[in-house]
Amino acid sequence: MAKVKPVEHLERVVIRFAGDSGDGMQLTGDRFTSETAAFGNDLATLPDFPAEIRAPAGSLPGVSGFQVHFADHDILTPGDQPSVLVAMNPAALKVNVGDLAKGGTIIVNTDAFNDRNLQKAGYASNPIADGLLSDFHVHEVALSSMTVEALKDVDGITSREAERSKNFFALGLMSWLYNRPAEGTLAFIESKFAGRPEIAEANTKAFKAGWNYGETSEDFAVSYEIAPARLEPGTYRQISGNTALTYGLVAASKLSGLPLFLGAYPITPASDVLEQLAQLKQFGVRTFQAEDEIAAAGAALGASFGGALGVTTSAGPGVVLKSETVGLAVALELPLVIVDVQRAGPSTGMPTKPEQGDLLMVMFGRNSFSPVPVVAAATPAGCFHAAIEAARIAIKYRTPVYLLSDAYLANGSEPWLIPDLSTLPDISTEFATGPNGDDGSFLPYKRDPETLARPWAIPGTPGLEHRIGGLEKENETGNISYDPENHDLMVQLRAAKIAGIAADIPLLELDDPDGADTLVLGWGSTYGAIGAAARRVRAGGRKVATAHLRHLNPFPSNTGDVVRAYDKILVPEINLGQLRMLIRAEYLVDAVGYNKVRGRPFLAAELADAITTLVDR
Amino acid sequence: MSKGNGDLVQLTGKDFKSDQEVRWCPGCGDYAILNVVQGFMPELGLSRERLVFVSGIGCAARLPYYMQTYGMHSIHGRAPAIATGLAVTRPDLSVWVVTGDGDALSIGGNHLIHALRRNVNLKILLFNNRIYGLTKGQYSPTSELGKVTKSTPMGSLDYPFNPLSIAIGAEASFVARAIDTDKKGLTEVLGAAARHRGAAFVEILQNCNIYNDGAFDYVRDDKENRIYLESGERIRFGAEGEKGVVQYADGSLKIVDVEEAGENSLLVHDASHMQASLAFALSRITFETDGAVPLGVFRSLEREVYDDLMNDQLDAAREQSGEGDLATLLHTGDTWTVA
Repeated sequence: MAKVKPVEHLERVVIRFAGDSGDGMQLTGDRFTSETAAFGNDLATLPDFPAEIRAPAGSLPGVSGFQVHFADHDILTPGDQPSVLVAMNPAALKVNVGDLAKGGTIIVNTDAFNDRNLQKAGYASNPIADGLLSDFHVHEVALSSMTVEALKDVDGITSREAERSKNFFALGLMSWLYNRPAEGTLAFIESKFAGRPEIAEANTKAFKAGWNYGETSEDFAVSYEIAPARLEPGTYRQISGNTALTYGLVAASKLSGLPLFLGAYPITPASDVLEQLAQLKQFGVRTFQAEDEIAAAGAALGASFGGALGVTTSAGPGVVLKSETVGLAVALELPLVIVDVQRAGPSTGMPTKPEQGDLLMVMFGRNSFSPVPVVAAATPAGCFHAAIEAARIAIKYRTPVYLLSDAYLANGSEPWLIPDLSTLPDISTEFATGPNGDDGSFLPYKRDPETLARPWAIPGTPGLEHRIGGLEKENETGNISYDPENHDLMVQLRAAKIAGIAADIPLLELDDPDGADTLVLGWGSTYGAIGAAARRVRAGGRKVATAHLRHLNPFPSNTGDVVRAYDKILVPEINLGQLRMLIRAEYLVDAVGYNKVRGRPFLAAELADAITTLVDR
Repeated sequence: MSKGNGDLVQLTGKDFKSDQEVRWCPGCGDYAILNVVQGFMPELGLSRERLVFVSGIGCAARLPYYMQTYGMHSIHGRAPAIATGLAVTRPDLSVWVVTGDGDALSIGGNHLIHALRRNVNLKILLFNNRIYGLTKGQYSPTSELGKVTKSTPMGSLDYPFNPLSIAIGAEASFVARAIDTDKKGLTEVLGAAARHRGAAFVEILQNCNIYNDGAFDYVRDDKENRIYLESGERIRFGAEGEKGVVQYADGSLKIVDVEEAGENSLLVHDASHMQASLAFALSRITFETDGAVPLGVFRSLEREVYDDLMNDQLDAAREQSGEGDLATLLHTGDTWTVA
C-alpha cells in the first residue's frame, strides 16, 4: 500500500483505543501492537477492561480500553497520557477524554453519537458539536456506516455482522496513519476466521477500507512515522506477562527434567496460564482444573510428592484459600510453586485491575511460623525468568515458593529478546535412591548440610518407604515428635533453610550514576514507572538512585548495605506500604512511601514529582 | 514379589507393619481395620514401594504412619485432592485414601464427590464411626438427628448423610460397605476395590468405643441383620436366609419373608447395572428404616478413568505435534530480528 501524502516523523506516540466491551477493542489493540512490534519500535501496552463480559451497551462501566506506547527509543511504561484517543462511542469518549494530553488527537465514530448513546454516557448535548473538545484535534469519522457500505457486496453476512467489523476499519485507518505494516494483520484475519471465510472477507475489506479512507480523506493531511528503536541484536517477539509466565513454567519443567503438573481453578487475571498450559500437552504438561482453589493446590502438592514440578496459579482471592496447603508444603518440605497474579481487593475487589496488596499475605498469611520464599516479576517479559527462578528455588530447597505477578504485568505486553536456551540455568535435581542413615536406614529429614534441604524420595523407590505429614517431625527420622527441644530445633532449621537462600540469589542491583543521597526502592510491576520517573528527575538536573527487588524473601544479602547508604529512601507501592514495613522492620531505616491504590499503574509524572519533592527536602 | 531390596520374596501382612507404635485408644475398631488392611496388602501383588496411603485428619488418618509403604498424613478433608495429583502423574502407583466421616463428608465433602465423579484411580476407605473422635466427641455428618454430644447438649439438629447414597449420587463407579470386625467381608471388599480400575469408595462401619460405643452393634454383633450382596444372586439374609429383598414397580425396595413372598420374587443383585438406581435403592436400606444393613459391593461399573484419559491426551498431543520443543515454543507467532 503505497503512500502519496506527506509523512512526518515522531519520536513516540501513545494511542488509546476505547469502545464498548463488545466492540473488539482488545483485539484491535493487540493487532496494532503486533504490527508495531513487527515494525521494530519499542513498546509497552496497558489493556484496561471491565470484569463484566458485556456490560450494558453504550454505558460508562462497559467501556473497554487498550493503550499502546511505542517509540524509536527504549521505553519503560505504557505512557502516562495518550496523545491519540480512538473513541468508538460517547461513553468511551467520556471515560477517557480526561486522560488525553492537551492538543491531542481524537478520532470519534460519529455514527455512535446519537441521542440514546449520548444520554447513556451522561452527555446533555453532543460534545463534538458544542465545543467541549476545542482543546483537541478532532477527526469525525463515520466508522460504522462506512464499514457497512464497504461490506455491502460481501455475501453471507448480516448488516449487524458488517457493522461489527468497524474495529477493523478503525485499525486500518490507524495503521495507515502510523505507517504500520499491514501483512501481519491480514494474515491474522485469514487464520483467525478460517472457519468463517465470509467474516474473514468482511474484516479484510473493513481493514482496507479504513486504510484507504486515511489515504484519500482530506481530513488526514499527513501520516506519521516512528522509526524503529535501536534494540539489542537478536530475535524478538511481543509477549504478555501471562504468556511469559506460562513459557517460564514450561522452561522450568524442561530445565529440571520434571514433568509439569498445574492445578488451577479459573480466576481473573490468572486463567490465561491454565488455558495456555492446557494447550502444551506435547511438553508432558498435565493441567488439572480442580473443583476449587484448595484442591488445585492440594493436587499440585500431591504431584510434587510423586516427583513432578507441582504448580498452582491463582489471584489473591484464590491464594488465601491455598494457605493451608502451603503450610503443609512448608512442613512436608516439598517443592511447590504458587503463582499469585495480584488484583485489586479486598475480597473480590476489582478483578481486572492491578494492585500490590498481597505481599504481606504471601509473607505471613499462614499459621505459626511458616517461612516461604517470594519471587516477584518486574516486567511482562520478566515473568519468564521469574517463573524459572521460583521453580529453581522450590526444587533445590524443597519448599513452596510464591511467585508474584499482577494484572498489569499479566495483560501488558512488550517486545522480548527471545533468550538463547543455552543461557538458561540448569535447575535439575536428584531424587534419593538409597539409604542415608549410618545404620543403613532412610532418614527423610536428614538435611543437605549446605542447603539444609531434605532428600526427595519419591514413591516407587525401593527401600525408601517413609511417611510424612503435617504433624511435627523428629529431626532426621521424620517420626512424629512432640518433644519441646526438637520442635524448637525444627522451627529454627526451617527458618535457617529459607534465610540461607539469600546466599544463592543475585545481589540487589543499584542504579546510581550520579552519587545521589535519595534511593527509590521498588518491587514488582512498578519497575517501569520508577525507571521512567528517575529518567525525568535526572533530566531535570537532580540526582536519584534506584533499586528493584525481585526477591522479597529472603532479601538479597546486600539489601541492608544498599538501603543504609542513603539518607532518604522512597518506596513507591500500589498498596499502603507493605515493602516499606518490611524494609523498616528489617533494616531500621526511615523509608517513606508513595502509595496510591487506584487499580492502575503509577504514572511516571506523579512518581517524578514525589521523587523530586523528597530529593529537594 | 520385591520386598523393596530387589529380592523376590512372598510378602506377608507383617511386611506392611511400620516400626511406629500404633496409638489408637485400646479397643478402637481402627485396630481391626489396620490388621485386615495389612493382611490384605500381599494380595495386591505389588511391592511396597508402589503403594501410597494418603490421609486427611482424624483418628482414621493416622493409619498411613503404621503402614510400611509410602504415605502422607495431609490436611483435613483434602486427601482426595492431594491423592488425585499423585495418581494422575504416577499411574504406576496404587494410591489409597484413608478418611473418616468428618474428614470425607464434612470438611472434605467437595473433594470426595469430585474425585468420585472424575473416576480418579483411587481406593477411598471411609471409616464411619458417626462421631468426631480425635476432637473428643462432637457430632459428625453421619450422626443421627437428635444425637446428644458435647457440642449438641440438647440433641443434634443436623439430618445425617448416608455415605453410600452420596457416593452413588456423585457418580462413583465402585461403591461398597464392610464392617471393621468382619475380616472376611472386609478383605473381599478390599480385593474388589483394588481390582476395580477407577475410583473405589468403601464405607467401613467402625466402632468408636470411647465416644460412640455400640453405634453399629445391630449389625456388628447381630449377624442376622447383615445382608451380604452377591452380584447375580437373589438378595436374601437372616440366620436361615429366611428374609429377602423385593423391588416394587415404583423402584422402591422392601424386606419380605421369603416363604411368604416366594423365592422367585426376590430381587437379583446386579452391581454392574447401567442405572445407578438399584445401588441407590439398596443404599437406602438401613437399620433405622428396615432393621437390616446391606454389605459388600453395591455398584461396580467400568467407566473411563480420569488418569488414563489425561495421559492419553498427552500421548495424542505428542503424536500430533511431536515432543514439545522449547525453542519452537518461544518463537511462536510473529517474530522479528534486529541485526
